[in-house]
Amino acid sequence: MADSKQPGPPKKPLTLTEQVLQQKQTYDQQAYQRLADSVKPRHNVLVNAFNAFWVGGSIAALAQIITLIFIANGVNIRDAATAATIIMIFLGALLTGLGIYDEIGKVAGAGSIIPITGFANSIVAPAMEYKREGFVFGVAARMFNIAGPVLVYGFIVAVLVGLIAYFLQ
Amino acid sequence: MSAPKRAGQHTIQFANPPVVVATASVVGPKEGEGPLGQTFDMVIDDSYFGEETWEKAERKMLEEAVKLVIAKAQLKSQDIDFLLAGDLLNQTISASYAARALNIPFLGLYGACSTMYEGMALAAMLIDGGFAHHVVAACSSHYNTAERQYRFPTEQGVQRPPTAQWTVTGAGAVLMAPVGNGPRLTHATIGRVLDVGIKDPTDMGSAMAPAAVDTIARHFQDTGRTPFDYDLIITGDLGRVGHEIATKLLGEQKYDVARNYSDCGILIYDHERQDTHAGGSGCACSAVVFAGHLMGKLNEGHYKRILGVGTGALLSTTATQQGESIPGIGHGVVIEKLG
Repeated sequence: MADSKQPGPPKKPLTLTEQVLQQKQTYDQQAYQRLADSVKPRHNVLVNAFNAFWVGGSIAALAQIITLIFIANGVNIRDAATAATIIMIFLGALLTGLGIYDEIGKVAGAGSIIPITGFANSIVAPAMEYKREGFVFGVAARMFNIAGPVLVYGFIVAVLVGLIAYFLQ
Repeated sequence: MSAPKRAGQHTIQFANPPVVVATASVVGPKEGEGPLGQTFDMVIDDSYFGEETWEKAERKMLEEAVKLVIAKAQLKSQDIDFLLAGDLLNQTISASYAARALNIPFLGLYGACSTMYEGMALAAMLIDGGFAHHVVAACSSHYNTAERQYRFPTEQGVQRPPTAQWTVTGAGAVLMAPVGNGPRLTHATIGRVLDVGIKDPTDMGSAMAPAAVDTIARHFQDTGRTPFDYDLIITGDLGRVGHEIATKLLGEQKYDVARNYSDCGILIYDHERQDTHAGGSGCACSAVVFAGHLMGKLNEGHYKRILGVGTGALLSTTATQQGESIPGIGHGVVIEKLG
């Protein structure tokens, strides 16, 4: 009796009817997608690009001003850039904690995601969010939920570029 | 051989239509500021509702809504035969933990945002079947618990696409009985799970609209009615995008609903003022709009007969990440003020 149980139906080539049905389903899905696309509201690309430009540009300009202030006070360029980066990360984290950075992000989009302040936001936001699940499995485990992929692929690219540079030398 | 309490292929026609004795709604601050703010029983002024976490706040709202509906019907919790409840959180913890405190025999439901209508249809079947005297159907959702489960941490600086909807913070409860004053639930058309291949989880209106349309069309076929037999046809949370698609799809099937078709997700927020993009969503969206606004209009006699369709997007983050498309469902219920 046991051998009458097959593990699954044997794979058969699709019959003509099945093929037609499958094609019809694909066609229907495409037609529906077109209908949905015709109804959906769109982002205004020009407005979005403009907002991303001026917010992102302002963040970069602020970092540059901080760097120049350090240089004017006798810090060498390399250290001034590092210090400015640290300050920008602090500002990003502070504004996230005050609940302001997500409001900026709503308007600026990529303009506030791409700069280092956005990176700080992507780490502080989950750290705050998951505090209630505890400091180990909440804050620590989920802190890199969003920044994690950026770090992983950032490291991989850094290693690849490093290897290429090494062999080209 | 056809079952005695059925009309057509998919619709239930109740022999003694159960009465919606009372409804209760508890909502968050944003919903309280919305156009329907005056229709809700309780508006909480803080999304934590005095609790430590949003999950606990959601549970407390659900508990309060159930207690309130029982009090409004002048009953006690031991008079309730069944509590049918659900929510959006993993393992429906809001409903189970609320039921832990309420001490009423509990059947947990999951129909995503269609849970309220699924609950009302089942409650009516329990009552008309003779299995219960008093049944409470309830559900809840919370903007912040939904965001952290489905999307991003709340302080994450991301831009929402214009098709995105805003999860309603609130809880609604409906108490039904075989007799009493109030509108009656005369028919229920149970939804089929329909998937039209939409994969974008920020566009659930498009994903759910065909399921709602399917249920509405089957309801008309089964009952022989037309859109003109209803004062209002209202879907749960299709939002602006889904509403427009549903209107077009029903039009293609020669059902003209331009006159009397609306959506709870559109009514609950002020589109101009509240920055909610395509409208409201979540279990509580259809629940609190029914418990507050619609029940008020039915009791006033402004609406005599409405067809409500609770819509749900049956997705999970795991399924979405694995590239699955979003299945939708719509449960239709007819509420009528008789006599």
